[in-house]
Amino acid sequence: MPELTFREALRQALREEMLRDERVFLMGEDIGAYGGSYAVTRGLLEEFGEKRVKDTPIAEAAIVGLATGAAMGGLKPVAELMTINFSLLAADQIINHLAKIYYMFGGQFTAPAVIRTAAGWGQLGATHSQFLEVIYSHVPGLKVVMPSTPYDAKGLLKAAIRDPDPVLFIEHTLLYGIRGEVPDEEYLVPIGLADVKRPGRDVTIVAYARMVHVAMNAARELEAEGVDCEIVDLRTLRPLDIETVVESVKKTNHVVIVEEDWKSFGVGAEVAARIAEQAFDYLDAPVVRVGMLEVPMPYNRNLERHVVPDEADVLAAVRSVVGSRV
Amino acid sequence: MIEQTVLSRELLLGFYRQMVLIRRFEDKAAEMYTLGKIGGFLHLYNGEEAVAVGAISVLRPEDHIFTHYRDHGHALARGMDPRRVMAELFGKTTGVSRGRGGSMHMADPALRFWGGYAIVGGHIPLACGMALAIQYRGADEVVLCIFGDGATNIGEFHEGLNLAALWKLPVIFLCENNFYGMGTHVRRAASTPEIYRRAEVYGIRSEQVDGMDLLAVREVMSRAMDYVRAGHGPYFIEALTYRFRGHSMADPELYRSREEVEEWRRQRDPITRFSGYIIQNGYATAEELAAIEQEVEAEVEEAVRFADESPEPPLESVTEYVYVNPGPARRVAHA
Repeated sequence: MPELTFREALRQALREEMLRDERVFLMGEDIGAYGGSYAVTRGLLEEFGEKRVKDTPIAEAAIVGLATGAAMGGLKPVAELMTINFSLLAADQIINHLAKIYYMFGGQFTAPAVIRTAAGWGQLGATHSQFLEVIYSHVPGLKVVMPSTPYDAKGLLKAAIRDPDPVLFIEHTLLYGIRGEVPDEEYLVPIGLADVKRPGRDVTIVAYARMVHVAMNAARELEAEGVDCEIVDLRTLRPLDIETVVESVKKTNHVVIVEEDWKSFGVGAEVAARIAEQAFDYLDAPVVRVGMLEVPMPYNRNLERHVVPDEADVLAAVRSVVGSRV
Repeated sequence: MIEQTVLSRELLLGFYRQMVLIRRFEDKAAEMYTLGKIGGFLHLYNGEEAVAVGAISVLRPEDHIFTHYRDHGHALARGMDPRRVMAELFGKTTGVSRGRGGSMHMADPALRFWGGYAIVGGHIPLACGMALAIQYRGADEVVLCIFGDGATNIGEFHEGLNLAALWKLPVIFLCENNFYGMGTHVRRAASTPEIYRRAEVYGIRSEQVDGMDLLAVREVMSRAMDYVRAGHGPYFIEALTYRFRGHSMADPELYRSREEVEEWRRQRDPITRFSGYIIQNGYATAEELAAIEQEVEAEVEEAVRFADESPEPPLESVTEYVYVNPGPARRVAHA
């Protein structure tokens, strides 16, 4: 099977969907002439022309608002917000408009736009290093996707473009360069399904996006210690596939949740609450969360590394959980 | 005026009827609100009828409308069934938005009426997006985007105007300047209170019109339609108008004097003005107009009866319309 980078897999998804459906078009800041600030859309302007690859001004509310209106008008826009930090300037459009069009008018019409955006860190300072997926995952009417592998990225983006509902598609900037197997033949990855990335008996690690890879590394190390980890990659945050998580918990009876975000009111909090509601009797130890330190992101390299959860944090969490194994 | 010679008696009486329908409908809605039949916010359109009827009468069936939360007048002027508009106010299943929207969220895609929106200025980018879809398809349809003076200080207004002008989108921006953003006078809110001038900086052709004069509104709108349909890009109209009632039913109107309101009502009422025009030019007699008013009264009574007798939405239906596809059938798909 051919290996592609995460970035190439996304570009393939966009290109294939644009070739498949004339109504699919791209819009966003620097996606055309510049080639995309993370180079995902490189080459697409040259191939498809300005009608289908639209460079926009720096105007996030207009980018999302126009995409929403165009979707109401029967097109399939894929709008790009350069980073999720800037999505806050479009939060009115995403939360008050995009998410509510279908419900607020009694189901008369929809706005199935895809909003692609990137989240990550790398000495970028406090306003460029946030993961705000929790804000959008809170909102009924939106679907929120955050893939971890090139395979999932491609399949989920294609599924998002074909989805009848609005989808916020979040790409981790530190994953753009990773490689993974992506088949030549067409496939989709359904939105709303978690994936067991590694089967195991002893402890369930729930993660998504880059933390899946951190968890996989930790799992290899733990294997040597005789601890068999099962890794559940959420892939979609809303709708949340809690059933896959609960099934895993019923098997392992131990849970660690890893998120590259502040823990307060977060994805881990939500997953832990649902486990408490649906699988409390299967737990042999308290649920443990691993997340970022609750500070705005500092610039200093060492401080930044200290804030972001890493393999050592996951190892410590798993050991603390399975240490209490009955 | 050019139109004087062109417009038929039938058309003029139709406009008169629509304005009266809006006025009576709004008065009745206020009454129903005080009776507790209507909840939440209720923003009435009394006084501004000539803007909606004048502007929307110029649109063709294939053209589109996006508007703000004071939307009953626009909905009725576009031909929405008053019974279903009233039922929406009552929150009933027979309402245009199935009781999910209420006063501020009337919509009917069959009329290409894409909704009333309640975040000031928030629908301006949506209207531009619909115009983008039209341009993309190569169609000659036009989007009418209606908002108030209060919307012209917000970022989404400026982002939308810039892109509409830059991309030459087929959209007519219609600002209903009723001089008050809730209770704040436009002079206390806008550095350039001549709002049409704000469009000029984006290179958008713009003009101001007396929004209390239906025929004047039609004339400007016709000019705008020709311009936009010819592919020149957007057009901006500022209609000077006045709301005769408070911002909403909860408004004690401390920010304007009773004399000011009375003066507008007595001297500039768009319906009185238009009926005077019709009678003076011999299109119809006062008796004929009175007969139209009686018909409208009956229609509004019927709307209330319909709304009152319509069923409440079943509680179990509350989760409908959140997602078209709520999620995969996991057991099947998760092979």
